Order: sequence, then structure tokens, then C-alpha cells
Amino acid sequence: MGKTFHKPEALSDAQTHYCPGCTHGVIHRLVAEVIDELQIRRRTVGIAPVGCAVLAYNYFTFDFQEAAHGRAPAMATGIKRVRPDLMVFTYQGDGDLASIGMGEIIHAANRGEKFTTIFVNNAVYGMTGGQMAPTTMPNQRTTTSPFGRNVADVGMPIKVAELLAALQTPAYISRQTAIKPKYIVKAKKAIKKAFEYQLAGKCFSFVEVVSTCPTNWGMTALEAVNWAENTLLPYYPLGDVKTPE
Amino acid sequence: MRKVLMKGNEAIGEAAIRAGCLNYFAYPITPQSEVAEYLSKRMPEVNGVFLQGESEVAVGYMIFGAAACGARVMTTSSSPGISLMSEAISYIAGAECPAVFVNIMRGGPGLGGILPSQADYLQATKGGGHGDYRLLVMAPASVQEAVEMVMQAFPLAEKYRNPIMILGDGLIGQMMEPVVFPDDLKTEPGNKNDWATNGMDFRGSDKRNLVRSLYLDPEVLNAQNLKLKAKYEQMKREEIRYESYKTDTDYQVLIVSYGTMSRVCKTAIDNLLEEGIRVALIRPQTLFPFPEAAIRQAASAKSCRVVMSIEMSMGQMLEDVDRSVQGRLPVEWYGKCGGDVPTPEEVADSVKSFLQKYSKE
Ligand SMILES: Cc1ncc(C[n+]2csc(CCOP(=O)(O)OP(=O)(O)O)c2C)c(N)n1
Ligand code: SF4
Ligand SMILES: [Mg+2]
Repeated sequence: MGKTFHKPEALSDAQTHYCPGCTHGVIHRLVAEVIDELQIRRRTVGIAPVGCAVLAYNYFTFDFQEAAHGRAPAMATGIKRVRPDLMVFTYQGDGDLASIGMGEIIHAANRGEKFTTIFVNNAVYGMTGGQMAPTTMPNQRTTTSPFGRNVADVGMPIKVAELLAALQTPAYISRQTAIKPKYIVKAKKAIKKAFEYQLAGKCFSFVEVVSTCPTNWGMTALEAVNWAENTLLPYYPLGDVKTPE
Repeated sequence: MRKVLMKGNEAIGEAAIRAGCLNYFAYPITPQSEVAEYLSKRMPEVNGVFLQGESEVAVGYMIFGAAACGARVMTTSSSPGISLMSEAISYIAGAECPAVFVNIMRGGPGLGGILPSQADYLQATKGGGHGDYRLLVMAPASVQEAVEMVMQAFPLAEKYRNPIMILGDGLIGQMMEPVVFPDDLKTEPGNKNDWATNGMDFRGSDKRNLVRSLYLDPEVLNAQNLKLKAKYEQMKREEIRYESYKTDTDYQVLIVSYGTMSRVCKTAIDNLLEEGIRVALIRPQTLFPFPEAAIRQAASAKSCRVVMSIEMSMGQMLEDVDRSVQGRLPVEWYGKCGGDVPTPEEVADSVKSFLQKYSKE
């Protein structure tokens, strides 16, 4: 029997620091598989966010830059403008991208920068201990919304994929999730499509991945998957939101 | 080489191109927007990159991303914009990437004003952003010197893998003066492949490069900070530059002044000499590293009664002058920072009043 399972070359041997049941690791693997399949590892530059994935570069085997909180899209812009031949992606959480870095992502998308963004939406600030994010659900309890997110006070959660899709500049914008195998297969397809658009020099490409943070949600891994499926997915519908044609 | 008449801001843009910097990102702000306007036309002619970012925050990180790839890259801004870029400057220094920042200073704090000022002295020389880092800060006093400093800044940034700041006041950007451009800079350092995230294929290596400023292990972070400190100490040994004016006389007053302000001081010194008052000037061309030893030595002259820091800020450089003099003589301040450059007469009056004060004692 032939080899049926192997670790992508783009993925390192480092042991993960992510919590059990966290989907960051799954998403890393999908990105690595796509990079292997497209054979672009040796000309890729990744950009790590500030968030739980700040050490993402430990898990990959190609060039990486580490951004300040929210600024990865500006860094990616700098790279792509001076080196359009490099394949560039940002990997960002929802606090990083949708709060402090909202300006950078909107303008990069609107300029049609030819890089790819992987947006990990876990409805919470994971790294700093579970504070409210712009994507936190109505009434969701976090350490800074102890009585639940009060939308009368802080507004509704931001649907970033739809927000970016509303820009007039052509782009590939998709929302996927990594909580169950049936979704993961589709998420990988979207990530691959996103990199292919970049490879073709076509447009800005963006994949939001609805994710889990069992640690800060105060749930077991299984409870987290179910909560994401029952609570997050109805508000954050899956699928391609916009394609460039 | 041909002499051309150019506005400071345009000359700065042209100098970058001639230094081989074909990558420029910026956000408009008075009194330096002409750099961006000039380069928006010029960069396409040389197949360079021009991009107007959405904010100085973003521009700072565009610079970081490009610099981390090993590209020669520059931005220009003015005081409030530099405050916004200071976060990125800290990261770039921490990650040890070369980049050139030009600050054509205007008055502050806050929105301040749009006229010339030197009120960002402390921000430029002591930090601005967070953490233990320093910038090599060069301060031109003419359009010609601005051009030369911009062209020298890129190799210096690469030598130290550290951001360099050109600190000019609004007049340097706005005035027109004759310029002779030095020869184009054609060489780039060969060591970029050792650290730049320029792609493994591009540099023909199996080793991946990482550009970062995060070191969670306290010992490793301490070691990184010691490494940075060693660079700043090397700058102090190798890069201090200053001009001495009339220091070979029996001067009674020593002025320390830089940029446009130093030119006014020279006129005042010449006028005072006609009245029989002897004054000398030390003009720091690098503000970090600061010409401490030269000032200390000049302050040791037997004839000298008082040292003055004359600046378009409220006594910021005074702290460094005071530190350099080490109590050998009284150190006084004169300046203005609303946007009016003090006149030679005002400088002379101030010199005379301090000379009188300290001659009596
Ligand atoms: C300028 C700045 N502000 C605040 C922080 C602290 N901080 C670190 S991570 C983080 C939130 C990260 O949340 P998210 O982007 O959702 O990533 P996750 O950990 O959930 O994957 C914050 C606020 C910082 N490092 N820098
Ligand atoms: S805190 Fe949350 S996002 Fe961070 S590693 Fe743990 S589960 Fe994942
Ligand atoms: Mg998050």
C-alpha cells in the first residue's frame, strides 16, 4: 500500500502551542497543503499577526515576517509592491484584522493588492484572555462583556467578508469554517482558489475561516464545535461572497 | 556636475532615486507634500514604486514590509505623521531592517502649525516609539546638504540594519537653493540574503529567513537588546559629524545650533564680530550620535564664558548640550518655536545678554 498521509513540506516539525480543540492548527495545515500543491513554498512570504498565531512562523518552513497588531495588510502591500513575484499572505485574527487593523485591510482590499488574507474569526480575542471582539455575537459573554455583548451599547458583530465584498474593486472573498471535516474540505478549496487568484496576478483574495476558541469560550472542544455550528454559522453564512469576474 | 536650482522637498525626492531607492510610500502632509508630488511623477520614469498609503500608520508598515524584503525604501512626512509612524519605526529597529525616514518638522504639539520648527528633536533622538532603540539622526542645514545626507543615509541604514532619520525643519523642505547632485549610488550591500525575506528561490537558499521583533525568552530578548546597543555604540564611534565655525578664535560664547537655525547663528556671529564680540559655533550634523566630545572640548576654551543651545524648540537639544558640557560652564537656551525663525538680531541680543550676565560673575 502506498503512503496515504504525509506532512506537507511547508509545515515544520515544531510542536503546537495551540490549545486542544483550537482550529488555528487545522487552518495552518490547509495553508501549508495549498502552498505545497501550488509549489510556491520557495517564493512565499507569510505575515504573522499579533494574536494567538503570533508564532505562526514556527510552524511553516518558508520566509516569514512578523507584523504589529493589525498592520499585516500594510506590510503585505509593501512586499507585493516591491516584489510582485513573491507570493504573500497575511494570517490574521478578528481582533487584529477587524478591530485595530480595519483601516489597513479595507484599503489594501480596495487597492486590489495582489496578496491573500486568511482571516481567523473566533469571535473573541484569544491571546489576551478572551475579551470582546468586533465579531463577538450578541449576548455572548466575554471577559470584557461579562453580561453578554450589548448591541445597543457596542453595535452588532461585523461581517467582514460582506463588508469587504461591498467594495467596488474586483476581489475574491469567501467565508469558510474549519470546525468539521465536511467544511474543512471546502475551506481548503477556497484557500487554494485564493492563492490561485494571487498566482495569476488577478486580485486581492480573502478567506474568512469561522473558528473555535474553546479555552476562552469556556467549553470543551466538542461543545465549541457545536456552539460555532449553531450560533456562529447562522450569522456568518459560508460560501464565496464575491468572485472577481 | 551641473548645478540646478531646486526646492528642498523635490531635491530630497530626486536624491532618493539617485541613491538607488526606487521604492517610496507616503501620506500627504504640509510642509513636505512636494516630495510625494515629485516622486509620483518621477518614480514611473525609472520603473520605481510610488504609493500613497491610507495613513502614516499604514505607510510605516509598507516601509517595514518592503525593507524586510531587502529593498531600498524611503518615506517622508512631517511631525504629526512621524508620531503615527513611530510604532513602525520601533518594530523596524527591533527587527533590524534598513529604511530611511525624512521628517520635515513643523510646529507642535498637536496640530501645532505648518511653519518651520525643530520641536521633534527629542522624539527623533531619544525614541519616539517604544523600547530601547535609537535612530541615526542627520540634520541638514541646506538643500545641498539634505541631498547629500539622503544619499548617504541608505548605505548607513544598510551598514547598521537600522532606520535612519533625516531631520529637517520646514525651511529645508520649502526653500529653493542651487544643488549639485553627487554621483549616483550604484552599489548595494551583498549581505541582504543573510536576513531578508526575499524568497528562498530568489536567494538560492534552503534556509528560510524570519524578520521579527518578538523574543519571549527574557535572556534572548536581553541579548537582542545588547546587540542593538552595540550598534548604537558603534555609531557613536564611527558616525559623529559636526561643523565648527570660528572655533579658532578667543571666543567668549559657544553656540550649539543645527539646521536652518545654525545658518541664522552664523550671520549673528559675523555681525557680533564687527561689534568686537567673539562667538563660535558647533553645528551638529548628526543629532544621534551627538558630538558630545567636540562640544565639551570647545566649552573648555579659557576665553569662553557661556554655552548656548539655540534651537527652534523649547530647550530640547539643551539637554544634550548640558550633558556634553558636564558642568564646565553655564549652559543657556534661546529659541522660538511658533514657526518664526529667530532673526540674527534676536540671536545677537540673546548672546549679548547672556555674555553680560556671565562676564560679571
Ligand atoms: C498595539 C497593540 N495593542 C494591543 C495588543 C495586545 N493584544 C495582543 S493579541 C490581541 C488580540 C488578538 O485577538 P485576535 O486578533 O482575535 O487573535 P486570536 O488570539 O483570537 O487568534 C491584543 C489586543 C498588542 N500586542 N499591540
Ligand atoms: S486561546 Fe483560543 S485561539 Fe488561542 S490557542 Fe487557545 S483555543 Fe486557540
Ligand atoms: Mg480572535
